[in-house]
Amino acid sequence: MSDKVLQVNDLRIRFRNGKETSQPIRGVNFHVKKGETLGIVGESGCGKSVTSLSVMGLLPIKTSEIVSGEILFNNRDISRLKEKEYRKLRGNEISMIFQEPMTSLNPVFTIGEQLSEPLRQHKKMSKSEIRNNIIAVLKQVGLPRAEQIIDEYPHQLSGGMRQRVMISLALLCHPKLMIADEPTTALDVTIQAQILELLKEIKVKNEMSLMLITHDLSVVAEMCDRVVVMYAGEVVEEAEVNELFDRPLHPYTQGLMKSLPSNNERKSKLFSIDGQVPKPSEIGEGCVFANRCPFAFEKCFAETPPAFNRGKHISKCWLQDPAVKEVMQNEERSIVNS
Amino acid sequence: MKNEVLLTVKNLKKYYEISQGMFKEKIVVRAVDDVNFTVMRGETFALVGESGCGKSTTGRTILRLVEPTAGEVIFKGTNLASLPYEQMRSLRKQMQMVFQDPYASLNPKKTILQILMEPLKVHNKFDKKERLRKIIAMLKIVGLSEYHLDRYPHEFSGGQRQRIGIARAVILQPDFIIADEPVSALDVSVQSQVINLMLELQKEFGLTYLFISHDLSVIQHMTDRVAVMYLGKIVEVADTEDLFRNPKHPYTQALLSAVPVAHPKEEKKRIILKGDVPSPANPPSGCAFHPRCPFALEICKTKMPEPTTFEKGHTANCHLYIKNEEEIEYVTSYS
Repeated sequence: MSDKVLQVNDLRIRFRNGKETSQPIRGVNFHVKKGETLGIVGESGCGKSVTSLSVMGLLPIKTSEIVSGEILFNNRDISRLKEKEYRKLRGNEISMIFQEPMTSLNPVFTIGEQLSEPLRQHKKMSKSEIRNNIIAVLKQVGLPRAEQIIDEYPHQLSGGMRQRVMISLALLCHPKLMIADEPTTALDVTIQAQILELLKEIKVKNEMSLMLITHDLSVVAEMCDRVVVMYAGEVVEEAEVNELFDRPLHPYTQGLMKSLPSNNERKSKLFSIDGQVPKPSEIGEGCVFANRCPFAFEKCFAETPPAFNRGKHISKCWLQDPAVKEVMQNEERSIVNS
Repeated sequence: MKNEVLLTVKNLKKYYEISQGMFKEKIVVRAVDDVNFTVMRGETFALVGESGCGKSTTGRTILRLVEPTAGEVIFKGTNLASLPYEQMRSLRKQMQMVFQDPYASLNPKKTILQILMEPLKVHNKFDKKERLRKIIAMLKIVGLSEYHLDRYPHEFSGGQRQRIGIARAVILQPDFIIADEPVSALDVSVQSQVINLMLELQKEFGLTYLFISHDLSVIQHMTDRVAVMYLGKIVEVADTEDLFRNPKHPYTQALLSAVPVAHPKEEKKRIILKGDVPSPANPPSGCAFHPRCPFALEICKTKMPEPTTFEKGHTANCHLYIKNEEEIEYVTSYS
């Protein structure tokens, strides 16, 4: 089991909002293997960002609480670490790239000042060593004139360059796991292609694992080895990337793929999933997707489906239950016979 | 129907001046620089480009939400650019806009009823009693219902808000709608619902869309003709299918190749452009694309290319096609 860099077991997170509580993450399981790229896909509000923040230990302390479950990083549970211990990990062994390169850099510090922070925290280096290190990393992420950029401020750089600076910030201490939360969503397609190419390259070069959080299925198709599909705070499907795109098992994943414009005939009516994602406060018994699912039957509304395994392809849907399948087939047969 | 010109944009320019202090020369940002295109009645015309290329400014300048610096916008035979304010205002009932951000484009202090009533009041359309009926009918068309009338925008999800934004534009029964990135703030499953709605409305009311977007897959799906913009200029215009099958301009080729694949097994030859889009305040000389262009020639640095016309109204502004045949083959074999 040592090839798993990160393992999340039955994670549940609760938020308090005044007197109300809501539970945006309900029983999330997944793992990241050494050297692989795991994609986490889902629509806004499905809990993918909260999950990644919990791995980084960045959840707001006052209003959130990990109710149960564990987060194993190199076989060590980090979900209940103290802040001081977490600091040794954060930016050093696990690092994160955020969505908005415009807002995640501090506008009043130069690039060099911001990039030297993790090195000062985690490594014992002299000032000149730090500077040389930063320049080397800036060059590694493909920034031209790194020697000058190190003394410039974020507003002097374009969006794509800022995202490159963010990536170099995450790379500085040679982390074992990098979490990229929608790293290309704010960027244009041509710049997105550059950044994705860069991420692939540095992942191999630095022998690290990448956890890529995105809502864009085509980014997943491009980048990932394995994919976790999240819906309303649960993992509904997990599979290898080719397997997922060839044979999506969960109706939600099927719906997502069918609703991509590129998978529909031009000018035709696009396939769409009716309704919308339930709010965390609205979720009750049964399968979370049941109210939007075209195949839902009584059992879906009554009981929450467990995870059904089919090889390495895991999906949480009653349709995958062998017992249900048999019943369905019998019904079909009887329809055909009658 | 198809061949009637609804809108012609001629040499449209929008320059912004940035003052550098009293005696210094002003910096001129050429947000929209000499843009020409025509939109036929009943079609969906797309403007594509990366952020900062001037596609939104073009849309706003057509409606005169920002005043053009120069050029003509001819809508049904009248030049909008020179109309007095009052006449322009009344003409807007024939041309409406759907905005990008459904969170920012609805007034949070007004109910849905007030939001939808406002255009009817302003343009004095329908009988007072009939207005409410129209509003309810419109809400049903966009997939909302009567009991949403007294709610405020914050009570709706992003997709529902965008439906309200569309309802507000369509309720005046305009001929022409400018949709500025109407689906880019939405999730995939909601995005497809809104695209379907827009296609349905187009059929039902015979609308003409100017569809501004950076999302090529949406454009491929729902538009008839596309204009590709780069740094304030249109570099290529073509029928959508033609453009996606056979892009001529090197920028369009790179843009299309940068779209991520739809399936992991799909292999794609990628043209990765170097560098970023230059600042429109200080555009490169000659062809604006030449510093990033993999095929740049000597002439590209000095001379602005003229449009070259190919079959079926496909035009591209690129020197490669003005030169001899050999190079054309060279370029197209790469695409």
